[in-house]
Amino acid sequence: MSTDLHREALFGFTLRLGDTSLVLGHRLSEWCGHAPELEEDIALTNVALDLVGHARMLLTYAGELEGKGRDEDRLAYRRDVFDYRNHLLAEQPNRDFGHTIVRQFLHDAWALELYERLCASTDATLAGIAAKAVKEVRYHVRHSGDWLVRLGDGTDASHAKVADALGRLWPYTGEMFERDEAEQALVAAGIVPDPAELKAAWAARVEAVLEEATLERPADGWMQKGGRRGEHSEHLGYLLAEMQFLPRAYPDATW
Amino acid sequence: MDRKDWPLFEIFIRPKNGLSHKHVGSLHAADARMALDNARDVYTRRGEGVSIWAVPAAAIAASDPSDKASLFEPADDKVYRHPTFYDIPADVKNI
Repeated sequence: MSTDLHREALFGFTLRLGDTSLVLGHRLSEWCGHAPELEEDIALTNVALDLVGHARMLLTYAGELEGKGRDEDRLAYRRDVFDYRNHLLAEQPNRDFGHTIVRQFLHDAWALELYERLCASTDATLAGIAAKAVKEVRYHVRHSGDWLVRLGDGTDASHAKVADALGRLWPYTGEMFERDEAEQALVAAGIVPDPAELKAAWAARVEAVLEEATLERPADGWMQKGGRRGEHSEHLGYLLAEMQFLPRAYPDATW
Repeated sequence: MDRKDWPLFEIFIRPKNGLSHKHVGSLHAADARMALDNARDVYTRRGEGVSIWAVPAAAIAASDPSDKASLFEPADDKVYRHPTFYDIPADVKNI
């Protein structure tokens, strides 16, 4: 790490990525026991566990960068809504299976392009985490992308549901390519990828699957934002209440 | 709602190179690609395999259990068909 400024910016970047993985992983875990097919139930919870695993690595690293003695559990379980830095996309409720798949695919396509580039990061720890995560994410995007094609190019009902979800969720995709001034310095230092180039790669990947799924790419209109700064929808509070209940009620419990 | 069950697939996993695929169980999937994905999620979570075969269960021809006596029992009293009269070198595995 070259400067303290980089260190602080990298803390912010790592925390955002870790929070996004954790919140999305928790959302997917809500399907456990409820998915439309037994096999799909296991698939969704596998992805959920992968994402929580990524969050563990990222939050542990974020805690080290911060240097205030907070470990992964402290960061995950002892922060309130306004201290969370996840994308708003990740906290959107599951609604129906098609909606979950659209949310997942938009995220997975971004995560794959991001981790592929982070493998070449000049920060060795981040590159190591990315190298581990990218193999799992490559499967995630295959899973959610395949389902999007099946549903989009499926029956009238399934097409209508994913088309509706795509319209609802598209405004949440802008946040994935925001970089504040501190993060721009990380881009310049080759630590994190350039957002414009990342967006082009993401869009190409998404468009290819949407075309196969006979879905139209929504226009890039007004975009939701705020998650990266701690401004969240009401949904995140309920999610954290459930996720944090045990460590809040029984601090430092072990099992 | 018109709901049809997905067809059944039988899943075979090869644990490592050099060994043969072994039947591990069955699952439902809409088609072969989904069967492979589901098999990956259901049967290879703990590093069980390096290769998956998914076979439509309908494509498997099975012997009739009631034919057991005529098909298999004649072999029971023919011990000379077993290769137990040879010395197998200790280093040879998987025979």
